[in-house]
Amino acid sequence: MTTRLDRRQFILFASLLLLIVLVFAGMGSAYAVRMLVEASCFAVIALGLTIQWGYAGLFNAGVMGFIALGGYMAVLFSYPVNAAFWNSQGPAALLGVAGRLLLGIVSIVLLRQVHRIGVGRHWRNVLLTLAVIATYLTFLTAINPAADLIEGQAGFIGGLGLPVGLGWLMGGLAAAAVGYWIGRICLGLRSDYLAIATLGIAEIIKAFLKNADWLTHGTLTVSPLPWPVPTPGEIGFVGARSAFLALMVVLIAVIYMLLQRAYQSPWGRIIRAIRDNETAAAAMGKDVNRRRLQIFVLGSLLMGIGGAALVSFSRIFDPSGFIPLHHTFLLWVMVILGGAGNNLGTLFGAVLVYIIWVMSEPATLLVFDFIRETGSQWFDWVAPADLDSRALQMRVFIIGLTITLVLRFAPKGVIPEEVVRH
Amino acid sequence: MNKLVFFANKVVISGFAIGSVYAMGAIGVTLVFAILRFAHFAHGDLMTVGAFFAYALTVLFPTAGASLGLPTGFVMLPLAMAMTALFAMALDRLFYRKLRANGVKPVVMVMASIGVALMLQGLVRLFAGTASRSFFIAEHKEIFRIALPIEGITRKLVITEPQILLVVFSVLVVTVLHFFLTRSRFGKAMRAMSDNADLARVSGINTQTVVMMTWVIAGALAAAAGVLLSLDVSLKPDMSFNLLLPIFAAAIVGGVGSPFGAIAGAYMVGFAETLAVFNWSVLLRPLAGWLPAWIEIPVKLAFVPTEYKLTVPFFILVVVLIWRPTGMFRGKVL
Repeated sequence: MTTRLDRRQFILFASLLLLIVLVFAGMGSAYAVRMLVEASCFAVIALGLTIQWGYAGLFNAGVMGFIALGGYMAVLFSYPVNAAFWNSQGPAALLGVAGRLLLGIVSIVLLRQVHRIGVGRHWRNVLLTLAVIATYLTFLTAINPAADLIEGQAGFIGGLGLPVGLGWLMGGLAAAAVGYWIGRICLGLRSDYLAIATLGIAEIIKAFLKNADWLTHGTLTVSPLPWPVPTPGEIGFVGARSAFLALMVVLIAVIYMLLQRAYQSPWGRIIRAIRDNETAAAAMGKDVNRRRLQIFVLGSLLMGIGGAALVSFSRIFDPSGFIPLHHTFLLWVMVILGGAGNNLGTLFGAVLVYIIWVMSEPATLLVFDFIRETGSQWFDWVAPADLDSRALQMRVFIIGLTITLVLRFAPKGVIPEEVVRH
Repeated sequence: MNKLVFFANKVVISGFAIGSVYAMGAIGVTLVFAILRFAHFAHGDLMTVGAFFAYALTVLFPTAGASLGLPTGFVMLPLAMAMTALFAMALDRLFYRKLRANGVKPVVMVMASIGVALMLQGLVRLFAGTASRSFFIAEHKEIFRIALPIEGITRKLVITEPQILLVVFSVLVVTVLHFFLTRSRFGKAMRAMSDNADLARVSGINTQTVVMMTWVIAGALAAAAGVLLSLDVSLKPDMSFNLLLPIFAAAIVGGVGSPFGAIAGAYMVGFAETLAVFNWSVLLRPLAGWLPAWIEIPVKLAFVPTEYKLTVPFFILVVVLIWRPTGMFRGKVL
């Protein structure tokens, strides 16, 4: 695929640039740069989603979970060490829990082999089930006192104080691990099952991060998170955010180049062949499920990295701040509006949709203020007290409407995937 | 024995109640899955919309139920079901039919249904706000405390009027649906179409009507589930997302396309949830005398803490997808 910009794309990107300039002029450069950094974090996540959905047709309805997990790993690895925890009895208690868990796992592994000493398969399964339940219950009864101990003595376990970049990488790897596990279960089945399962895992990851106070500080939130570049306190808002933006641009450029290469490679062709006609691809001897698993894991990796960057940039880790609308469906709009399967289109969609999303908040409030005014002047209508919070729910409606309209009228997005003929 | 009554209150009665709600939702999901071949993610919001129809009617006629001796919300249920059925048909007409005619992949339909779900959520919250509401405006919720005629039991069996209505109504609905699906021409047409849509079409079945019929049933049942659940607990605009996973789990456990499997799956998921969050120490404590001394009964011994209730349907779903993707009753794998 050539990266030559044709006229249509030139106009689209020129208007996007104009929009950005307008934001700079209207809202000041500190605000605008912050918006751009967030948009670039979303762009990394959107690239992950576009290879899952656009390259391979895999439906991930739980992007939020991968973002949250990536974000937490950034906290775990890069947040400063909590000395109170390491000096308390916490580590010993955790070690005890880990020991019991290990004992349980070892016994399960050994029990898997008991058929060798003459125990029937049926009895082996019964024993295994009992062992799994016993391990789980032991773990459950052991973890609560340990968690209470840590929460009481040190708040939470803190971070490891390692470089931020390592935290981002680990965020990507953790998300990829979850993606691998989910993919192994669901990818042999139809896409709907993957959608249901990812929706569930996202909510479970969020529930875990929110409730495991000893590990994540839960709803008490963790802040301030370190940055990979000098922080605003050192060199001022605009400078620090610009440095972060520069880092993100480099990251996106590297990811973009790698993805373009992958798309054009034989591997990319196999992926698209599977997406377009699974039966034919399987008949050609391609291992459909394996390729799908690869792409799902790769996409999850990018989502984890993007999520880690997003959380690092916001400087605060708040598990209740992850909401499906903002962290899953907004990304869907970015990808399908920009052009699924086209990396350039996805980047365009990410930046455009994020700007519209950010600007829509004051715009909605303005519109509803107007409705309230005219309603009370002309019709004696008394607006409900919570009109403002209701007004913001209109954004939910707009996101939903955009998804359905784009799917119906422009299923390929504004910058469609270029089909290359060899 | 008192502990057993406590167990019955916490597990058996609430398991039946929540299972009935899941059952009515799962039947709709499984029918849409079997006939239109996509996972309908807007189903939870269809429930919310149905519940709000009934709520609006209750606000308009707050005393309608008193003359019949039933909660007003329940009296308004048939009307709300009809309205939601029409609403579901309108949704199909507006959003799904065109996509179907374009012959898109099923997964695109799934996405469109998520779009529809978000739109419904936005609308409900715009008109009704985000606070939770109670259906009991002019009346109060009747709670029966039944003293059991066995000596030594002081604790009473607690059951609320909505719970009784919920179980009775769902049994009724399921029976009617059974006869509809097995005896009527429509039911046969639906089953034929779920087995093989093309074959059904060439044998002269009007597939368009079957699709509409599916939406009518799914919409009406979703409304019933939504109304009865909100009568029992309260009407929350954001209840849909928490219902979606258990309902899908129930439909898949029972085997997609099999309404009776969906019912069985729904009760299974419902009971699994209540059993998992139940504090087993309550039952174990009286046994402490017989247990060996080294076993110490913790204050709280639940399989799953309440905050992680959602993991139960998810776990069931994963187990079924790994070992038996066709579901327990050999449904379809789409």
